[in-house]
Amino acid sequence: MVAVEIRNLKKTYSNGVVALKGIDLDIYKGDFYALLGPNGAGKSTTIGILSSLITPTDGSIKVFGLDYKTHSQEIKQKLGIVPQEFNFNIFETPLQIICNQAGFYGIDMKTAKKRALKLLKDLEIYDKKDFSSRSMSGGQKRRLMIARALVNNPEILILDEPTAGVDISLRRQMWQFLETWNKNGLTIILTTHYLEEAEYLCNRIAIIDKGDVITNTKKEDLLNTLKLETLICTTKDSITKLPDLGDLKVVQKDHNIIEVTINSDVSVEELLSRLKTQNIEVYRLSNKSNRLEELFVNLVENN
Amino acid sequence: MYNNYIGFLTLLRREIVRIMRIWPQTLLPPIITMSLYFMIFGSFIGSKIGEVQGVSYMSFIMPGLIMMSVLTNSYLNVVSSLFGSKFQKNIEEMIISPLPTLTILFGFLAGGMFRGLTIGFLVTIVSLFFTNIQIYNIFIVILVVVLTSLLFAIGGILNALYAKTFDDISIIPTFVITPLTYLGGVFYSIDSLPVFWQKVSLFNPILYIINTFRYGFIGITDINIFKAIIIIVLSTIALFSLAYYLIAKGVGLKE
Repeated sequence: MVAVEIRNLKKTYSNGVVALKGIDLDIYKGDFYALLGPNGAGKSTTIGILSSLITPTDGSIKVFGLDYKTHSQEIKQKLGIVPQEFNFNIFETPLQIICNQAGFYGIDMKTAKKRALKLLKDLEIYDKKDFSSRSMSGGQKRRLMIARALVNNPEILILDEPTAGVDISLRRQMWQFLETWNKNGLTIILTTHYLEEAEYLCNRIAIIDKGDVITNTKKEDLLNTLKLETLICTTKDSITKLPDLGDLKVVQKDHNIIEVTINSDVSVEELLSRLKTQNIEVYRLSNKSNRLEELFVNLVENN
Repeated sequence: MYNNYIGFLTLLRREIVRIMRIWPQTLLPPIITMSLYFMIFGSFIGSKIGEVQGVSYMSFIMPGLIMMSVLTNSYLNVVSSLFGSKFQKNIEEMIISPLPTLTILFGFLAGGMFRGLTIGFLVTIVSLFFTNIQIYNIFIVILVVVLTSLLFAIGGILNALYAKTFDDISIIPTFVITPLTYLGGVFYSIDSLPVFWQKVSLFNPILYIINTFRYGFIGITDINIFKAIIIIVLSTIALFSLAYYLIAKGVGLKE
């Protein structure tokens, strides 16, 4: 079932900047969908239009079959939005912020408070519930925005760079939290600059560049298109002579570390066997950068 | 099914919490200012002026001072709250939610009216220390104070929607509302002005508000009460429609 259907979506800002040139996207119910792209590609504009913070110049958006132009109130009830910038009242407490948001969705105070306290506990910021939100750390503020977006039990959660500036351990904690919600049926749309985040969490990926969608597919299909991959091989013994691996590019990085760039025709097994024939035993093997990152750079550079 | 009533109450509660949280900025200053007006103009200077239109000078200026605090505070509450929400971007909390335009509008207006009318009530209490209050027509008093509070709260919305900086929200109160209020007959009857200035004063909308409100207290006016009420009602309807249209279009709120 299509959760969000975007057709020919265009946006030209009043200063003449063309942010979206007419994009088409289909996001399915239950997807963990990544919307990737370099800065200024049009990701935040797309999210802004979905959140009704930006008025599109042209095009249509349907959410669960409902047209945004005619059913905006029903659609808004199905959405939860986590914007890129902190946009809550810094003089209010987290509990007030979440309960007020629930009130804007027509949820009574008793229910709102119950849900807010549970979300604050789940996101491990319960002890801050009665403190001024301006006293919270960056990571706590990010989690507060996620809690606020979930208080109306949305069917679709839209996250615009939700882990920006968050340390890796907290980021992984947030990933687990979001994964659980996704497994329970929540459709999630994510924009991020952390490509390992998209690779870890998402099942479908779209890449936007210069206002156009340059790819929109399942993550596995996209990763299978990766032609070249650079692997870091840590050997047991020091390498005195650079191995001859035929058409594969080899660069020595340390006395026992080499980087080998392989294409999609060469398997890792074949690489290891070629190295073994030259008396090099590999002790550790890892990707130089994550696969999605390599693909992303290739696609954007070629666009 | 979306519940509008909860949305409205949430907005109103949030406004009241904000007003109470910063009471030294919202409630205290107008009470101190008006107490000084009563003391200086009413007691010290007023005792030398004697009667105006058949009542003591203190009784004459009292309705104007109450109204001045009501309209100024109704305006200031909405303009600062809405612009503050735009500045901090928490207005987005409302825009992304299913809150209908009318509920957003009513929520901010109710907050402005709450502050304006609360201060009006407190200033009335303060005035009791200086003069006895007589009421000629309670219906006119309530009608005019409520309508004026609403009218100026709407004015605050319009100002906040177009404001881009904090300077923009102080220009109208400083350069428009304050001069028009002082020249709107708070401290004098326009009968005491030369004919030319009497005619100029008739273009000041605040003159109609203050005179009608004063009429409710002392039963004396410089202008036609019926005409004044029609002007206030029509202005309120016109500005309300404009504010609704602008918020629905997202002017000053959306890109």
